[in-house]
Amino acid sequence: MSRPVIQIENLNVGFNVRQGMLDVLHGISFDLHRGKTTCVVGESGSGKSVTARTILNMVPRPGVINGGRILFNPESGETIELTALDPRGREIRAIRGGRVGMIFQEPMSSLSPVHTIGSQIVEAIRLHRDVSKKDAKAMAVESLRQVEIPNPEKAVDRYAFEFSGGMRQRAMIAMALACRPEVLIADEPTTALDVTTQAEILDLMRRLQEELGMAIMFITHDMGVVAEIADEVVVMEKGHVVEKGDVDRIFYHAEHPYTQKLLGAVRRLEEPATAKVRPAEDAPDILKVRDLQLHFEKREGFLQRVTDVTRAVDGISFDLRKGEALGIVGESGSGKTTVGRCIARVYDPQAGSVDYAGRDLVTAGKEELRDTRQQIRMIFQDPFASLNPRMTVKQLIAEPLIVNGIAQGKELDERVAKLLTEVGLDPGMMERYPHAFSGGQRQRIVVARAIALEPKLVIADEPTSALDVSIRTQVLDLLLKLQAEMGLSFIFISHDMAVIRYFCDRVAVMYRGKIVEIGETEQIITDPQHPYTKALLSSVPISDPSQRGTRQRHRYVETA
Amino acid sequence: MLLRYILKRIFWMIPFLFAVSIVAFLLIQAPPGDYLTTYIAKLGESNEVLDQASIENLRERFGLDKPLYVQYFRWVGNLLQGDFGMSFEWRQPVSDLIWGRMALTVTLSFATLLFTWAVAFPIGVYSAVRKYSIGDYVATTLGFIGLATPNFLLALILMYIGVVHFGADVGGLFSNEYKNAPWSWAKVWDLIQHLWLPVIVLGTSATASLIRIMRANLLDELHRPYVDTARAKGLSEFWLIMKYPVRVALNPFISTIGWVLPNLVSGAVVTAIVLSLPTAGPLMLQALLAQDMYLAGAFVLLLSSLTVVGMLISDILLVLLDPRVKYD
Repeated sequence: MSRPVIQIENLNVGFNVRQGMLDVLHGISFDLHRGKTTCVVGESGSGKSVTARTILNMVPRPGVINGGRILFNPESGETIELTALDPRGREIRAIRGGRVGMIFQEPMSSLSPVHTIGSQIVEAIRLHRDVSKKDAKAMAVESLRQVEIPNPEKAVDRYAFEFSGGMRQRAMIAMALACRPEVLIADEPTTALDVTTQAEILDLMRRLQEELGMAIMFITHDMGVVAEIADEVVVMEKGHVVEKGDVDRIFYHAEHPYTQKLLGAVRRLEEPATAKVRPAEDAPDILKVRDLQLHFEKREGFLQRVTDVTRAVDGISFDLRKGEALGIVGESGSGKTTVGRCIARVYDPQAGSVDYAGRDLVTAGKEELRDTRQQIRMIFQDPFASLNPRMTVKQLIAEPLIVNGIAQGKELDERVAKLLTEVGLDPGMMERYPHAFSGGQRQRIVVARAIALEPKLVIADEPTSALDVSIRTQVLDLLLKLQAEMGLSFIFISHDMAVIRYFCDRVAVMYRGKIVEIGETEQIITDPQHPYTKALLSSVPISDPSQRGTRQRHRYVETA
Repeated sequence: MLLRYILKRIFWMIPFLFAVSIVAFLLIQAPPGDYLTTYIAKLGESNEVLDQASIENLRERFGLDKPLYVQYFRWVGNLLQGDFGMSFEWRQPVSDLIWGRMALTVTLSFATLLFTWAVAFPIGVYSAVRKYSIGDYVATTLGFIGLATPNFLLALILMYIGVVHFGADVGGLFSNEYKNAPWSWAKVWDLIQHLWLPVIVLGTSATASLIRIMRANLLDELHRPYVDTARAKGLSEFWLIMKYPVRVALNPFISTIGWVLPNLVSGAVVTAIVLSLPTAGPLMLQALLAQDMYLAGAFVLLLSSLTVVGMLISDILLVLLDPRVKYD
C-alpha cells in the first residue's frame, strides 16, 4: 500500500480543567489513505470529533495536544508535522481548507446566516488560490454544480436559510471541496438529515471521491452508514482506538467486545423485538381517527389575505387497538409530528374526529380534555430540552401527580421511587437535577413522567432519535416492557424504519400530510406497495458491507 | 422591495405623527392654567399687576380663550404650512429659536454616537474574545463604573480637571468670541475643541452598556459551528472573528441609533445645564415650566419625529445587514 496521506501516531489530547489535565484521547493511532474512506465509529463522548479537529490543529479550548503527532504526506512535497505547527500560523492555515477540507454535522448552523452561499465559497477559494473575484465566483458555481445543486447560477447568491437541510449539506461539501483538497474530514455529515437525504449525500460523496481521488475520514455512530461507504473502519471508545481494520473484517470478524456490542445493537434493530407482546386478536379499538385535517395558513399584506396554505395533516384516518403500537413514519415535513400533536390536542385540528373511548377529542372542551390528558401522554424527541433544568427529578416526575391531585407527601415519594425503579433508575437519585444524567437516563426520566399517571395511550415523537444506537435499543426495550406490563397503546412517530420495525405492530407511512400506506409492519417492510414506501425503504442503509451496491436507490417524485 | 418597504414605513409615520401631535398638545395643556397664569404670577413677583381687561385682551390675542380643539386645529393647520407659531416668552417665531439648537443637538448626538461606537466596539470584541483575561476584567469594571456614575457628576469632575489641570475652556460649545459669530472654519474648529467634553460625558453610560451588550452577544456567537467552518477554511483568527461572529453580533449596535437621538435631547437636560450647552434640552425644560405652549409643542413633536426617523434608519440598516430580517 502506498504512503498514507495522514498518519496519526500515538495522539494524546487532554483538557485542562480545574481538577487538572483530563485526557480525552489516549494515544490513538491510525492512517488515512488516498482514494479510501476511513470511517471512525463510536458513541458520543468517544473522542471522534476531537480527533478530527486535531488533524486541522483546531483543538477546542481548553484542549491541548500533549503527546504524539499527526503527519501529513502531500502528493508532492515534504511531510508536514501538523501537530507541531502554530495553531494560528500561516502554514496550518494554508492546509486548512486548501489541502484538508472539513464538513460538520449541523448544516443548519455551520454556514453563516448573514453571508450568501457564494460569498462563503468564494472566500474559501480566494484564501488558497490566486484568482480574481470573478473567476472565483465561476469556480464556486462550478463546485455547486458538481454537488448537484439545481440552478447553481442562482444558488450562489442565496442564503443558507433559504435552502433545505440536504441542500445546505451539499453547499458545505461544495465549499470544503472547492480547493480540491487531498483529504476530506466529514464529522457526522448525515446525522441531522433524513434517510432519503442521507442516502443521496452518501452517494454524492462516493461519486466525488471517485472523481477527485481524495482520502475521506468519515465520522459516524451509525453502523449502517459504515457498511455503506467504509473501506477502513476505526472503532473508538472513550478516547481509545479499540479496533481497526478493513470493513469486512470489522463486520464479520469483530474481535473487541465493544465493536461486537455496536454491531449487535444495529443487527437487533433489523428485526422485530423478540420480547414483543402482540395485542390480543380481539382487542377493542382504543382510538379511531377519521379524516383529521390541519392546515397552516400564511397570511400576508394589509388585509391579511391567505396567500399560502400548508396542508400539514390532510385527511388522516386510522384505528388503534388496545395494546397495539402503531408507527408513523415519513420524512421531515411529512406531517407525522403534527398528527401526534393533533391527537393530544396540542394543536386544534380543523376538521375530522378523534374518537377516544367514545369521546370525540376534536370537539372536547377544556374539562373533558383535562380528564383524557391523564390517559394520553406524550414523549418528545430531545431529552435535553424536555426536562426543566431547574427542577429535580423528583419534582419533574411528581408534577403530573400533584397537578392532578393524585398523591402527596410520603405517598408521593413512594410513587416516584417506584416509577424510577420501573424505568431502571436508582430511586436514590431523585433529588438530583437532569444535568447529572446522560441522554439515555434522561429519556428514562421522561418515560417515568409519562407513565406516572398510568396512561392508556402514549404518543412518542422520535423518542430515540437523539440517542446513541446501543442506548436506543435499551430505551425501546424499556418501552416494550412497560407496554407488556401496563397494556399500553403507542403511537410511535419516527423517521427510522429500523426502530419502527423493532417496536411497532403496524405502521402508517406518511407523505405530505397523507397516509400513503398502512398495514402490518413486516408486510410493509418486506412487500411495500406504494412507490413512496419503496423509495423510503431503498434509502435505509443496509448494515452488511457485502450487500453494498446491490440495491437501486431512488427518490419518490409525486406524479401530479 | 426595499424601496417599497421604506415608502410603506414613511406612509405609516403620518398617522403616527398625527396621534403624537394630539398627545403632545394634550400633555402641554395638562397642567392647570396656561401661559398667561404663569406670566401674571411672574409679574406679580415684581409687584406689577395687570388689570382684568388687559388680561382678557392678551388671552384673546394669543388665542387662549378659544376651546381646546380649536386651538389644536389652528396649531396643526399652521404646522402643516411650516409655521410653528410664536413663542410667548421669547416673543419670537418658534422656528427661529429651535433650528439653531436642533442643529447643534443633532451634531452633538451624532458625535456622541460615533464616540460610543468607536469605543464600545473594539473593547466589547476584545472582552468577548479574551474572556476572563485581565483586559476583560478592566473593561468590565470600568464599564460598570461608567454605568453607575450619573452623567452630571462626571461632567462636574471632568470640568474641574479640565479647568484646574489643563486650563481648558469648558462649558458651552463655543468660545465667547465665536458665540454669535457667523459660521466659519475657525468656528467649526472651535466647536470641535469644545465638543469632546460633552461627548465623553454623554457617551460613557451608553458606551458602558454597549460594551456589555457586545460582549454578551459575541460570546453567544463565538462558539457557533459556522465559526469552526470558517476556521477550517483557513481564515486567520482576526478576520474570522470580524467577518463572522462580530457581523452577527452587530445587530444591537445598529438598534442603538433608534434610541440615542431622543435620549440625548430629553435625557441629557441636567448635563446640558451643568455644561451650559446650547442644545435643545434646557430650552425645552424652560418652555415646559413657563407653559410656553407652541415652543414646547414643537419640541415634543420634533423629538417624536426624531425617534421615528431614528427607528426607521436603524430598521433599514438592519435589513441591509441581516438578510434574515424580513421586511414585508
